[in-house]
Amino acid sequence: MRRYLLLAAGIVVIVALPFISDNYFVRIATFVCMYATLALSWNFIGGFAGYPSFATAAFFGLGAYAGALSQRHGVPMVLAWFVATAIVAAFSAVLGYAIVRLRGHYFAIGSIASVEVLRLIISSWSSFTGGGDGLNVPILPGGPDYVGALFLYIMLGIALIVFVVAELVARSRIGFGLHCIRQNEDAAGMVGINTAAYKILAFVLSATFCGTVGAVYASWTNYIDPTDSFEILMTLKVPVMALLGGVGTVLGPVLGATAFIIMEEVIWAQFLELNRAILGIVIVVLIFFLPGGLLGVSYRGLLSRVGIVRRPEAPHVR
Amino acid sequence: MSAEPMVRIDGVSKSFGGIMALNNVSFGLESGKIIGLIGPNGAGKTTLVNVMTGVHHPDAGDIYFQGENVTDQMPYQAARRGLCRTFQIVQPFPEMTVLENVTAGALFSGGASDRKTAAKEAMTHLDFVGLTSFASAPAASLTLASRKRLELAKSLAMNPRVLLLDEVNAGLNAGEIDAALDLIRQISKRGVTIMIIEHLMKVVLNLCTEIFVLHHGELISQGTPKQVIEDEVVIEAYLGTKYAERQRRYAPNV
Repeated sequence: MRRYLLLAAGIVVIVALPFISDNYFVRIATFVCMYATLALSWNFIGGFAGYPSFATAAFFGLGAYAGALSQRHGVPMVLAWFVATAIVAAFSAVLGYAIVRLRGHYFAIGSIASVEVLRLIISSWSSFTGGGDGLNVPILPGGPDYVGALFLYIMLGIALIVFVVAELVARSRIGFGLHCIRQNEDAAGMVGINTAAYKILAFVLSATFCGTVGAVYASWTNYIDPTDSFEILMTLKVPVMALLGGVGTVLGPVLGATAFIIMEEVIWAQFLELNRAILGIVIVVLIFFLPGGLLGVSYRGLLSRVGIVRRPEAPHVR
Repeated sequence: MSAEPMVRIDGVSKSFGGIMALNNVSFGLESGKIIGLIGPNGAGKTTLVNVMTGVHHPDAGDIYFQGENVTDQMPYQAARRGLCRTFQIVQPFPEMTVLENVTAGALFSGGASDRKTAAKEAMTHLDFVGLTSFASAPAASLTLASRKRLELAKSLAMNPRVLLLDEVNAGLNAGEIDAALDLIRQISKRGVTIMIIEHLMKVVLNLCTEIFVLHHGELISQGTPKQVIEDEVVIEAYLGTKYAERQRRYAPNV
């Protein structure tokens, strides 16, 4: 319960941000909401079902291009976002049908290949996608402050929708089934779970909203190109965020995305050369010391160890 | 001609690479009976269970469940039909609680409409196998004997018509085996058809009315327990030709 109060406080801060600070912080907050959406989405397949997907950037980039191209062909902005969402959902259903049969490392490799293949197609198909020159997307009127605040609220809205969907799935039959699959897939089939269908559903859930934020991102930045949209680093960062917060929980990815973006801004900006090495160290530390993520840490125990809170006396054993 | 058996295997073959795990096996499981499936290690017993529950699909032959051809079914479809199994090497959901493990069976195959009713049903099955006090413990914390009981509870929650028990007694001590036998008898009394794979002759002779013997993937003998243990082909398969010969010479009456 206390955790949800924390979340509510975070939402209040984000909503108030355009009124109390400048565009720099609004931009960071927009990224927090965007990555929270991506990390929550990844959690459907990577956290609930336990399938390590690295296809996030494929869905994000495809969404960005589908949205941008729709807008350039005269589709109104918001409708273009829905078109992009539908295209990415359909694409992920087809891709999922093919690759959820793979397990473990093979699934990871298959999913990461989808990012590269899409990037190559988009950059080679210059006549339609603009190729390596990228695409311009119409700029919204109203000035940078207004547009910045507008996109912050839109990204926040999408993040909230995904959060609610994740909560509903976690409590439903589907969430329970995915949990079984993560624990023991053979046994899951044996108790009557249609594992292939459940995995494809989780894969589509993990893709759909990535497509939405991809399209919104294109409208927000007004310019996209293949390397920026299908970035391997994004495909890595998103699972790390979920790991940082706590895989398989609903709140974890939100917390992880927030912590990661703040860390990126504060620390990485000071180490322009070394920032990827630091990402590597963060991953190693997470795997070894925080297997349950930030949500899995016993903060009371940590505080008592450094002497801030006194540990209750252990009962005497006779 | 007797009535259509609950499960009928018709000329099933299955090979893995060059190894013929099952070779033209045919038999029927009569409704309501406890049937034993025995055979030396590597005889194809577990492969047969896997083929019957859709884990593997046979290279040749057909499988019928209540007269319906189910050769191409997937494991989840077998489970929902009521063709349930336990694993030789127990397969719990390790980090979930004992209750959640059984709830999964009730929810996805037992016909429970939601998690709450499924959990309620699961409790009765836990009670039946004697695991009530472990309901909220993680499945990974159970002893082997308790995990086997958990497997039983899980498959009972799935509302089985046929239960394939793959060495549920392996690794248990004498007292635990007696308790397990008692459970199996009670399950049979509910009208569930049971096929039990077993190495312990004490268990097989005690429970089963009919026994099938597999050797090198072939069905070499079938009949009542007495017929089977006196069958020379069976003695040969288990103890070798020399022993069988000696048996013939010195104990012609057996």
